[in-house]
Amino acid sequence: MTTMPPNRFAGVDLACRRSERLVFTGLDFAVEAGGALLLTGPNGSGKSSLLRVMAGLIKPYIGRLEHSGASLADDPAHHRELVAYLGHQDAIKPMLTVAESVRFWAGIRGHEHLAEAALAAMDLTALRDLAGRFLSSGQRRRAALARVIASGAPIWLLDEPTVGLDTRSIAGLEASLAGHRASGGMVIAATHAPIALPGATTLDLAAFDVRFADEADAA
Amino acid sequence: MTAAFHLFRHDLRLQLRHGTDLVAPIAFFVLATLLVPLGVGPEPNLLARLASGVIWVTALLATLLALDRLFQRDFEDGALDLMALAPLPLELTVIAKVAAHWVTTGLPVMVVAPILGVMLRLDTNSFLTLELSLALGTPVLSMIGAFGAAVTLGARRGGALLAVLVLPLYIPILIFATSAISAAGEGLSPRPHLLLLASFFVGGIVLIPFAAAAALRNALE
Repeated sequence: MTTMPPNRFAGVDLACRRSERLVFTGLDFAVEAGGALLLTGPNGSGKSSLLRVMAGLIKPYIGRLEHSGASLADDPAHHRELVAYLGHQDAIKPMLTVAESVRFWAGIRGHEHLAEAALAAMDLTALRDLAGRFLSSGQRRRAALARVIASGAPIWLLDEPTVGLDTRSIAGLEASLAGHRASGGMVIAATHAPIALPGATTLDLAAFDVRFADEADAA
Repeated sequence: MTAAFHLFRHDLRLQLRHGTDLVAPIAFFVLATLLVPLGVGPEPNLLARLASGVIWVTALLATLLALDRLFQRDFEDGALDLMALAPLPLELTVIAKVAAHWVTTGLPVMVVAPILGVMLRLDTNSFLTLELSLALGTPVLSMIGAFGAAVTLGARRGGALLAVLVLPLYIPILIFATSAISAAGEGLSPRPHLLLLASFFVGGIVLIPFAAAAALRNALE
């Protein structure tokens, strides 16, 4: 697989529309290799929507995404190889063991050899043969994070990664994020919980919320 | 391509672990077919005339039974998001999932159908044609069903909607399959009917993945 890690992932003048509502407009962001971006903002300000736009699941209503200056719309298949996405749901099957789930998602990207290290990184080695239906929500979240780690993708998009995690697992996650960035990866995370992302740029989505713009127009 | 095979194996393993997923459609197929002689009486000539139609109608309903799980579970637990983001195109994902659906519904139906044929006194000359029509027709049922399941994904009470959407599309398959079987029973060549079924199969495999993948992308937006 020829996954050239980009040295810059950016969005230019992005707008996102969900049904009849503009969630945000005029949004720019940029992350360099090894960098991190923290998305903040109140509930409903579009953090999850922005992450789905970045992943390529939603087409931006206006604007475009770029890798190292090249527009992403030209090569969506290449983009899919570059991003790993963690949504609200964990995609852990009740009938599969933790190890099977992580190996499957790593294998579909041709990185099955990364699964064991990822399980160890999220402290799941002892749970590896436990079926998904017996996991607690925090354990499921850890399995989903192990899946992201095992993806081998340079850009991690994490939607509320720390939900349900205990302090020890959060420390483990922070170590994995630091390791990923040290090897040239990027982390983009939306979270309300404090998480150590040294040197991360913070993007407050409330600033791009159309509702505030409307109020400004009215005034 | 290896990724598609990987996904096919994964889907198959999931369905094998859910024992009921595997047993329910085929048990439905057998039981519903058994109800017919109980309802219309055991008169051999009558049963022989009904056999092909009964087997095909119940086979068609049995595949329908398993359709709602094709994408629904993956949609609800977020796995479909990840499949859309996997390096393999969503069209190949659809083919892999349809193949897994067929192996767990169409294939068992093909295995059981001759036994039910004997029970319904199906004409001896028709058995080969019955199997051929099922071999060509049930994959098309899975494909059309996958399209329906993708379109109704995320709709409330999608199951009923799915049946209403998909059953009319099954009609041509039913017509050509049963006329192939009756042609064989009357000593005529079933070839033209089977060739038409084959054309549906080929057309489906070319068009359905694109239509279903487009519907899935729309559902994920």
